[in-house]
Amino acid sequence: MTEPTRKQPGEREVHAGFIALADCAPLIIARERGFDRQQGFTFQLHREASWANIRDKLDIGAFDCAHMLAPMPIAATLGLGRTTKPVVAPMSLSLNGNAITVSRALYAEMRSVDASAAKAGGMAAAYALAEVVRQLGAEGREPLTLGMVYPFSCHNYDLRYWLAAAGIDPDNDVNLVVVPPPLLAESLKAGRVDGFCVGQPWNSVSVGEGHGVIIATKSELWPLSPEKVLGVREDWAQNNDELLGDIVRALSLACQWLDVPDHRREAAAILARPQYVGVAESIMQEPLTGNIVCGEGRHDVHDSDSVVFFRHDANFPWRSHAVWLITQMIRWGQAREPFDIRALANRVYRSDIYRQAVAELGIDVPSRDYKPEGRDAAASAESEPVLSSFFSSNAFDPDAAVDYLRALAIRAPSADIEAFAAENL
Amino acid sequence: MHKSRRGQALSKPISKSADVSLKILVIDEDPIRRAILESGLKEAGLVNVTMLDSPSGLVEQIYKLDPDVVLIDLENPSRDVLEQMFQVSRAVRRPIAMFVDQSDKDSIDAAIDAGVSAYIVDGLKKERVRPILEMTISRFRAFDKIRSELEETKSALKDRKVIEKAKGILMKSRGLEEDEAYALLRKTAMSQGKRLAEVAEGLVSSFDLLKE
Repeated sequence: MTEPTRKQPGEREVHAGFIALADCAPLIIARERGFDRQQGFTFQLHREASWANIRDKLDIGAFDCAHMLAPMPIAATLGLGRTTKPVVAPMSLSLNGNAITVSRALYAEMRSVDASAAKAGGMAAAYALAEVVRQLGAEGREPLTLGMVYPFSCHNYDLRYWLAAAGIDPDNDVNLVVVPPPLLAESLKAGRVDGFCVGQPWNSVSVGEGHGVIIATKSELWPLSPEKVLGVREDWAQNNDELLGDIVRALSLACQWLDVPDHRREAAAILARPQYVGVAESIMQEPLTGNIVCGEGRHDVHDSDSVVFFRHDANFPWRSHAVWLITQMIRWGQAREPFDIRALANRVYRSDIYRQAVAELGIDVPSRDYKPEGRDAAASAESEPVLSSFFSSNAFDPDAAVDYLRALAIRAPSADIEAFAAENL
Repeated sequence: MHKSRRGQALSKPISKSADVSLKILVIDEDPIRRAILESGLKEAGLVNVTMLDSPSGLVEQIYKLDPDVVLIDLENPSRDVLEQMFQVSRAVRRPIAMFVDQSDKDSIDAAIDAGVSAYIVDGLKKERVRPILEMTISRFRAFDKIRSELEETKSALKDRKVIEKAKGILMKSRGLEEDEAYALLRKTAMSQGKRLAEVAEGLVSSFDLLKE
């Protein structure tokens, strides 16, 4: 690759926080391949130990922008968890990339109650797990403990959705706990958790160490589902619109580079370095090349969409994704004070900033901001077995968010859907 | 990052308004910083202090201790565990309402800047906690200063060693006197716009390469 031509001297520094995950790649690649300098600034990257740090350092201005879980800007703007300044998402950084892993012992139990469902994985595996949960309950044994990484994360919502779709109440039938990703493999080995939902490469790390079995990838549950976004403070976005445009362009170019299949091995080598994710290169290659070893005789996954950075409009901040995330916050009792769902989605998911920023790069951008999930895919793939598109045969229509919520049987008792109905006519 | 508050008095005595009966839990894996903070809390007369070094069994510990204030360093990945615990009381099977006191945003920001986060039991008056928070912030900053000084000393020592080695190589291979070797290194560094230690390091590593 030729040295990119500089727009202007790169004296502008942009401080960005990230968490050690495969999907921090856009920031790392922008820096390592010079897409930042090409847009006239230099990334100073900071690896953080917790999502709470990311939120707080963005809030006090130590960071200009950050690698964020898609629900975090919404939670920040709503003041959930901790009151901070409002945060917006001017672009999405990645789709998919999570997986659900269980201990070998739990996998053996799942196989003993329903061998074909356990082996099939994906949505079907939840039914095998549900049977194990029922048996544990009937025998009066300790409920299962399942880990995820942050309350306002797709991992939390993915795991809950998957469990609830099979009839497991995530708040009553199992213990859901937060475990920091680097400690997950060890917690699984020590039996402190029986399974978890986390971003890669931590599932593959656990399989590689011989303690875990991957039983579902996010791509199997909901293909092309939202995962990480770029987060910036709303006031910062307002005062730095030019620089933000440069940041969005640099990251889009990095994402474009990342989605060239031939680049994925090189990306894995870079991300594996100790200052970034710090795992073995061979493990890092699994999620990035989409050849994932699941362990314990489960068939390996071969999925080029295992994590998506650019293709399929991956960087477009779909406001319908924001609506879905908000419905999950309501469903599980995180957001209780009613508000206008669509107004919040429009405020936080700034597709306008993205459109304007990438126009000069000639990147195709969807003309709509909202799209249904599940229905489109289901229509074109009738021959597929059930459970192919959006968590089993479910569908999500962003224009009918409240009806969608009403139809979800398992939810937190504190979820007051009718209060939201009044605000969302 | 704003560093405006740096240089505050190191061990400012805690004002009389501080409530010494508050139950405080400190989670910090760094033994030196833990000791610095512990001594600060003890000097202030706080007796109900528990120090935790490892995040294992954190949920059980909090359940047992029922703290009023939790202080945790920002390098600690267990922060996200706390965030969840304080949101979903079910995790400890009884209601715990803890959160960062929003009414005192400046000191919360200063704490984050200093590398520590505080979780305060819901309803606790900020006047009761602020002196503790201020002391924690100043102790964290003091530790930061010690650490960066230590790093500077270490790197100065490393520089000196590599310069000595480079001088030795020049003396041997070009038959120079010590001061001549040093002058040559300095001249090269100046003409290349590099640090003396960088030039010395370059010389030593290429010499090692040639030797093999």
